[in-house]
Amino acid sequence: MPRQFTLPDLGEGLTEAEIVAVLVREGEVVGEDAPLLEVETDKAQVEIPSPIGGRVEKIHVAPGQTVKVGAVLVTFADNGGPAAAPAAAARPAPAPPGSTGPPPARGSAPGAGPVAATPATRRLARELGVDLRAVRGSGPGGRVLDTDVRGAAGARPAPAASEARPQPAAATREPATGGPAKPLAGLGLEPPPLPRFEQWGPVERQPLSHLRRTIAERMTLSATLIPHVTHFDRADITELDAIITRNFEPARARGVTLTLTAFLLKAAALALRAHPEFNASLDPAAGELILKRYYHLGIAVATPRGLIVPVLRDVDGKPVLEIGRELGALAQRVRDGRAALDDLRGGTFTITNVGALGGTAAIPIINYPEVAILGVARARQEPVVREGQIVPRLMLPITLTFDHRVADGADGARFATAIVSLLEAPERLIGDLG
Amino acid sequence: MVMGDMVDEVDVAVVGGGPGGYSAAFRCAELGLETVVIDADARLGGACLFEGCIPSKALLHVAAVVSEAERAKEWGVDFGEPRISLDPLRKWKQERVVGKLARGLASVAKARGVTVVGGRAVFEDSSTVRIEGDALRKVRFKHAIVATGSAPSPLPGEALRSERVMDSTAALELPEIPERLLVIGGGYIGLELGTVYATLGSRVTLVEMTEGLLPGVDRDLVQPLQRRVDRLFAAIHLRTKVTGLREAGDRIEAVLEGQDPQAFDRVLVAVGRRARSGGLGLEATRARLTDRGGFIQIDDRCRTGDPHIYAVGDVTGEPMLAHRAMRQGKVAAEALAGRPAAFDNVAIPAVVFTDPEIAWCGLSEAQAKAQGIETKVSKFQWAASGRAATIGRADGLTKLVADAGSGRVIGVGIVGLGAGELIAEATLAVETAALVEDVAATIHAHPTLSETLMEAAENLLG
Repeated sequence: MPRQFTLPDLGEGLTEAEIVAVLVREGEVVGEDAPLLEVETDKAQVEIPSPIGGRVEKIHVAPGQTVKVGAVLVTFADNGGPAAAPAAAARPAPAPPGSTGPPPARGSAPGAGPVAATPATRRLARELGVDLRAVRGSGPGGRVLDTDVRGAAGARPAPAASEARPQPAAATREPATGGPAKPLAGLGLEPPPLPRFEQWGPVERQPLSHLRRTIAERMTLSATLIPHVTHFDRADITELDAIITRNFEPARARGVTLTLTAFLLKAAALALRAHPEFNASLDPAAGELILKRYYHLGIAVATPRGLIVPVLRDVDGKPVLEIGRELGALAQRVRDGRAALDDLRGGTFTITNVGALGGTAAIPIINYPEVAILGVARARQEPVVREGQIVPRLMLPITLTFDHRVADGADGARFATAIVSLLEAPERLIGDLG
Repeated sequence: MVMGDMVDEVDVAVVGGGPGGYSAAFRCAELGLETVVIDADARLGGACLFEGCIPSKALLHVAAVVSEAERAKEWGVDFGEPRISLDPLRKWKQERVVGKLARGLASVAKARGVTVVGGRAVFEDSSTVRIEGDALRKVRFKHAIVATGSAPSPLPGEALRSERVMDSTAALELPEIPERLLVIGGGYIGLELGTVYATLGSRVTLVEMTEGLLPGVDRDLVQPLQRRVDRLFAAIHLRTKVTGLREAGDRIEAVLEGQDPQAFDRVLVAVGRRARSGGLGLEATRARLTDRGGFIQIDDRCRTGDPHIYAVGDVTGEPMLAHRAMRQGKVAAEALAGRPAAFDNVAIPAVVFTDPEIAWCGLSEAQAKAQGIETKVSKFQWAASGRAATIGRADGLTKLVADAGSGRVIGVGIVGLGAGELIAEATLAVETAALVEDVAATIHAHPTLSETLMEAAENLLG
């Protein structure tokens, strides 16, 4: 059976990409992970590797063409090899919950006609976001009861983890405390119409770029959906700054530009390990918190086209020097528009450092569906009282903005304090730097 | 409302004051939304109250009393020949029935803070509606609900304009009791008004284009009514078209296909109703009409293609029934307020208020068959009902359609006296997915006509 490979989800809310180059020919046999195509999104130019090994039967796209996520790019001929994994898009949809029960009652065509449920039960299903057609009714004559709907709402599977990721041994669920999980209520918001500005003076309409629109949509989503709370603090980085200054040249000799950001990443990753609820995503439909046992940190990068957030993997386990090295290379790829797909997705927490541009504090918007974001402004020499004496210290203002659905003010304060403590005791960050 | 620059700003502008419109407006007000209703006649009630359901039912009640008095002769009670005075009859209908209900709606609107504005509403864009009335003004809204309803369809082709050719609105004014009345259309409007005029003394000739009265309704339900109107009306012509109408003196000469011209004192055109979707300026919004019928397209939340504009009632399609519009109005109000509402009703009851009445809900036997549903059907003849015998009305039938697999009640049809009231229990059964067994095991008061539904259910259980 031939298999079709479709344009995968590019992450970051991107929905389409332009084909830059086709790197294979029809009839060619390619290995798994061999480069198939080069595509360009508004964020980056990326290579798309082949999901399977096999013979390319047909190429459906040509350079210059813009394709949507889900569009068929390449058809592979069947190589009969049992080892070949099916293309991601060809995977059958998971069976709906409850579908393993006995077949539907004789005489009623499945999916035809109204679902047998009272109006009150149907309203409950809408409230809980449950598709009644996917629920097997346990009532007389197959009637769907309130209990069936609540059961279906609680049993909805959480989104599957990325298939590339080995199951972490530590991924045990936090003990549930309130019975079966239930989805949160939806929003149903709609922006009100704009006034006609022309009545007050001339106006000009500019279409938004793809990236601008993506940012706008994701910021609206996050700001609308997530109740944001911000905690303010300051870290005394006098000592850390001295360490950076002392090690700057030796690091450069090893090809690394040592920056404060590398230390921020390390400090945040270590603090996240101790405060896992900030390294998580809320699943409102399931009523569950998904704790991630990996620490991939995003760094907000301003580019001429707009904001991009590349992601550094497994920050917690890497020495600061290595973080600095990867950060430099990643930033370079982003600026060159050569970032790979995996450079831009999979983040669990984001840091945005606006210090280079000044300011005393910034309250960023959480990078949905993450739980928190660390905002860093410019460090300044300030008079600080130490043991009764006023001394000049280099103070770094930070803000921790987090999802109040997931954590409370006290949790945020503790997590922010953990980051500050790490930055103020840099020896805990650099054991291996010398 | 906030006044300024002749523009009122409201949360919700409801266009049309009929059952769909006022139900939506009242619900919006309950949900705390500032709501204005724009109605061409500056009143609440719409076609239903002023030129439809309500006045026709008042007149049909009069017709029922006259028939009942006539039948009483069989029981040894003779009231003599009825003397009908049109002035007091019209006054009763207009003031004690329609007027009273209209005043009631106006006081509800006042109590809930709903403003009613007179004028023709024209959309300028997705947030503004212009009102062309005594004074030109505009209303800016966050959401609008279009509930402009329907109007009687004229005869296709070039219509004869004469006060002797009436639509249902004119016929309900009861201008006179014509000696000879031609009713064009054998649907529920033609049958209801034909019954009124025939009972008041007109010789009624009814013409229907298709092969039976009440097209689309199960034949076994129509049969008792057919027998009744066969006696009541002077003539019924099925499969017949009216090919010509012309004024001849103070008569109307009508040509029925294949027959010699006949003279009538008046003609009632009752060939259906059409959506009032034109002239609303909807093309300035993102709302769209269907190709057939010109209905406003809506989703299950009653939202049009324009996220700020909802539509309910007759203007959104069949069945054109006031109670469908009222439910839709509440759904639209809740949906625009962000509540998880949907018009997902399974059973919309329909009632023909003739004598006998015909009512149905859910699926008919034929519809269930067309959907590939294996059914069990039970019919209970009223000849076996004690209550029907005591009122001398054995001309009834209660018919229950069940899903053979699950045993659920999926449709009910009733013909007989009071069928319009009896259908309520059946509608509840279908809407709540009740089983035939549930209906059979529920105690029904004896002797009542409601027992016929229980009997029909029991028959299916065997």
